Amino acid sequence: MAVLVIADHDNASLSDATAKTVSAAKTFGGDVDVLVAGKGAGDVAAAAAGIDGVRKVLHADGDAYEKQLAEAMEALIVPLMDGYDALFAPATTMGKNVTPRIAAKLDVMQLSDIIGIEGQDTFVRPIYAGNAIMTVKSADAKKVVTVRGTAFEAAGSGGSAAVEAVDAPAGPFKSAFVSEEIVESDRPELTAAKRIVSGGRALGSAEEFERLMNPLADKLGAAVGASRAAVDAGYAPNDYQVGQTGKIVAPELYIAVGISGAIQHLAGMKDSKIIVAINKDEEAPIFQVADYGLVADLFNAVPELTDAL
Amino acid sequence: MKVLVPVKRVIDYNVKVRVKSDQTGVDLANVKMSMNPFDEISVEEAVRMKEAGTATEVIAVSIGPQQAQETIRTALAMGADRGILIKSDDDVEPLGVAKLLAKVVEEESPDLVILGKQAIDDDSNQTGQMLGALLGWPQGTFASEVKAEGGKVSVTREVDGGLQTVSLDGPAIVTTDLRLNEPRYASLPNIMKAKKKPIDMKEPGDYGVDISPRLTVVKVTEPPVREAGEKVEDVATLVEKLKSAGAV
Repeated sequence: MAVLVIADHDNASLSDATAKTVSAAKTFGGDVDVLVAGKGAGDVAAAAAGIDGVRKVLHADGDAYEKQLAEAMEALIVPLMDGYDALFAPATTMGKNVTPRIAAKLDVMQLSDIIGIEGQDTFVRPIYAGNAIMTVKSADAKKVVTVRGTAFEAAGSGGSAAVEAVDAPAGPFKSAFVSEEIVESDRPELTAAKRIVSGGRALGSAEEFERLMNPLADKLGAAVGASRAAVDAGYAPNDYQVGQTGKIVAPELYIAVGISGAIQHLAGMKDSKIIVAINKDEEAPIFQVADYGLVADLFNAVPELTDAL
Repeated sequence: MKVLVPVKRVIDYNVKVRVKSDQTGVDLANVKMSMNPFDEISVEEAVRMKEAGTATEVIAVSIGPQQAQETIRTALAMGADRGILIKSDDDVEPLGVAKLLAKVVEEESPDLVILGKQAIDDDSNQTGQMLGALLGWPQGTFASEVKAEGGKVSVTREVDGGLQTVSLDGPAIVTTDLRLNEPRYASLPNIMKAKKKPIDMKEPGDYGVDISPRLTVVKVTEPPVREAGEKVEDVATLVEKLKSAGAV
């Protein structure tokens, strides 16, 4: 039995989601290899080799892999799967983009966003925006799986796997990277953050969102998140969005400010360890999941909280 | 340019989902059903392309029970030109749907297929990518902007760190994210007009592909319920509580 894990990275550093996916792959069982496909991503391959429990790292290097576009990744991974019983990838936008193409080529039904493994053919995954949990059995010979990071502890470090270069098809492929706008921030990445402060529509404007949420985040060393309503209203960028259609998070501390708590949002954060809700409306559904609820005007309470910390 | 838009009939997004007590699934009896919200965005995008003169014809296709015809009618009322219903009373998994759609693409030869990034029932997020692989077409998933010009499709994608723009050599697959557009409500005259637009009735057997399910549901359960905690008086008490919980 052998599992291939696709590493999620930006050619410079390995994402936390990869170590969590390795952990899920170890639960599944068998030898775990990690594929690092990138351009000049030697440091990432070395980091992957250090994940505890990894047998070896396959390193594919080439221009076509710089952004891990799905068409090139498919050409690279499908032949590699001859030697593996399962493919695991983190359920990041990279994993979600790439793995279904490989599943289709292997003629298997993918299992998306798993939160549990109950044997070599049985997996647990949320459906209906997390309002139901499905346990499902796969009859396919090979398994293709994406892993929800919040459901698995990251595998430790201290491994010393060998790094092996693999041939990477050079294309040409029918897709090309044009540009990107990646938000630069000194704050931790949302899905990896230990603390998150998240703002809702009640903040009223992008200016107020920034003025109130950023100092609180900085005081706590927290990442900043937002509800879909706040993102749709233009108060916060789209990559801030926490919820079923945004990011799924489970930090130690989640402070929801001016967020009413739509099911869609709760699906993305209800596994947080401690939830604090600050909202003017004492009937807001967010209070039903909050460990500590403060019924207050956020425009007074947030600066006061920032000062008190 | 011809655009194909697959649409799925799902539980309405406003309906509270209830798990059946025998744990076999979710209760869909007498529940309001609607078009998958991401598919509405797909239809809207295709219709806007037609209004802008980029698209010449918009075809809505659905795989589902007889009532999925209503979902196709909704797409027709929004501005799609004609529909195809592949009637199946059994659930068809994303892989099976992708195989059927690949056959429809062979017959219809569209230049672009626009799909919702996921359906809000099984949350798989697979069909578009699978169709891309089966056809050997490139894909722009999780689109927040789409521009089709001279055989190329430029797609701005919502990715974890922000936005990414890719250029695809058509024909291509696009899957839609929430911020691509705001779907219109069909006007009454357009709803009336949609009743006269043609819908081709098909069955999975017409396409000669294997759509037998690969997955078996063992059980469907309620998610663990999180208990509400306590309300605190003021900010000072909140800070005190967080400190004693070791959270700050």
